[in-house]
Amino acid sequence: MNRVNTWTFQNDIYVQATGTVVGPLESQGPIGDAFDESLDDLHDNKKSWEEAERTMMEKAIAHCLRKDETSMKEVNVFLTGDLINQNVIGSYTARDLNVPTLGIFGACSTSVEGISIGAALVDGGFVSNALTAVSSHNATAERQYRYPTEYGSQKPSSATFTVTGSGALFLSRQKSDLRIESSTIGRVVDFDRSDPWDLGSAMAPAAADTIKTHLEDKGRSPEYYDLIVTGDLSSVGTPLVRELLKEDGIDITENHRDCGLWIYSKDQPVFSGGSGCACSAVVTYGHIFEQMMSGVYERVLLVATGALMNPLMIQQKESIPSVAHAVAFERVKHE
Amino acid sequence: MKKEDYEQLVNKTVQPPAYFMNMAKAFLVGGLICVFGEGLMNMYTSWLGFSREEAGDPMVATLIFISALLTGFGLYDRLAQFAGAGTSVPVTGFSNSLTSAAMEHKSEGFVLGVATNMFKLAGSVIVFGVVAAYILGVLRYVLVEMIPWG
Repeated sequence: MNRVNTWTFQNDIYVQATGTVVGPLESQGPIGDAFDESLDDLHDNKKSWEEAERTMMEKAIAHCLRKDETSMKEVNVFLTGDLINQNVIGSYTARDLNVPTLGIFGACSTSVEGISIGAALVDGGFVSNALTAVSSHNATAERQYRYPTEYGSQKPSSATFTVTGSGALFLSRQKSDLRIESSTIGRVVDFDRSDPWDLGSAMAPAAADTIKTHLEDKGRSPEYYDLIVTGDLSSVGTPLVRELLKEDGIDITENHRDCGLWIYSKDQPVFSGGSGCACSAVVTYGHIFEQMMSGVYERVLLVATGALMNPLMIQQKESIPSVAHAVAFERVKHE
Repeated sequence: MKKEDYEQLVNKTVQPPAYFMNMAKAFLVGGLICVFGEGLMNMYTSWLGFSREEAGDPMVATLIFISALLTGFGLYDRLAQFAGAGTSVPVTGFSNSLTSAAMEHKSEGFVLGVATNMFKLAGSVIVFGVVAAYILGVLRYVLVEMIPWG
């Protein structure tokens, strides 16, 4: 039997609504207007940063369901992931939702993992709809992966800056203008990169592998898509993924962009760009979908990238394995 | 692409750190912190009547206090991004590592949060400080006390 990397959904699966909440720096960025809500500060008047992050996810879900005029009772399955140990942001959010819940983890690729699993569950007829939500928070991620937030360490320019935000997406078979056509599930690849301050170069090979696989599986050229957008490769990984694909005769330079570079402006203090689960989610759900609706893009391939390490593995001198999952969105016009 | 080829590609793409600039900034800021410390020493000796030896402790305490305060205001990490080793090597860096860890873990309570995690970063400094002092102490004893030099 041949291996299947790409899932082409047999039934039409549509994005019904999305909700996005971001932090202060993200709302001041070039696409700041695209988000439903923003926090004034990272604490958001909560007891802990974790609670602030959880509140963001709750709000993103509330915005998403409000737009679709759906109540939580109608949601069939909730797929959620974040960057904090044991996925506690998603799980603690879910304890108030009273919905069958699956916790998922793919580091910063979790957004597409959630959409793919959700679409597959709906396509297979197991559920009639799915709600997926991811989040990341600059301060909780710093604590999880790096040093205390106020610790004075000098970060190199290749470091990324975790996006504070949460994105929720609701999908079902009910017709809308935005169809989820297919998903390509990435392999875990490791090119022996071990610098936690340079995740862009660790994740670029995974992104290249998944993009190549997707195009081959679907028999498409990069030009088929108006936009191929990677999750958080930053200014380090962006030229690398283009170069890697060029080696295989695939040129994506013309229509490739990276969410990590899209969400912030060049004068914001974010080193090589944004990262985190929320990075691909809020840029896509907030800005790119809006652009698709206004006709700027018809077909978009979202490739969310994740570095699958934790500080323990880094201290044990292991390298950083990465994964990238892709999902193809299409704008459809109904008669 | 092979892993070895990829490493070459990355090295071509990623800018190496600005070593010289970083060293210059570290020298400047680290030096200024030391000059400030010297100023404090002079102040404590001429105004408060400390001897030069006695003035060391209050000078260090003052630097530690200022560093902890700047950490609390969220300013020390910004200075450190500019200064690098210039702010981490002096005693102010030690103070910052304690204060930042204490602040970070306040949400887990004072015993298991603040007290347990306070030395998370600074603990290694203490361990190696004690080990180095022990080794030097033994060496000194052997070289000075045990060998009949003359």
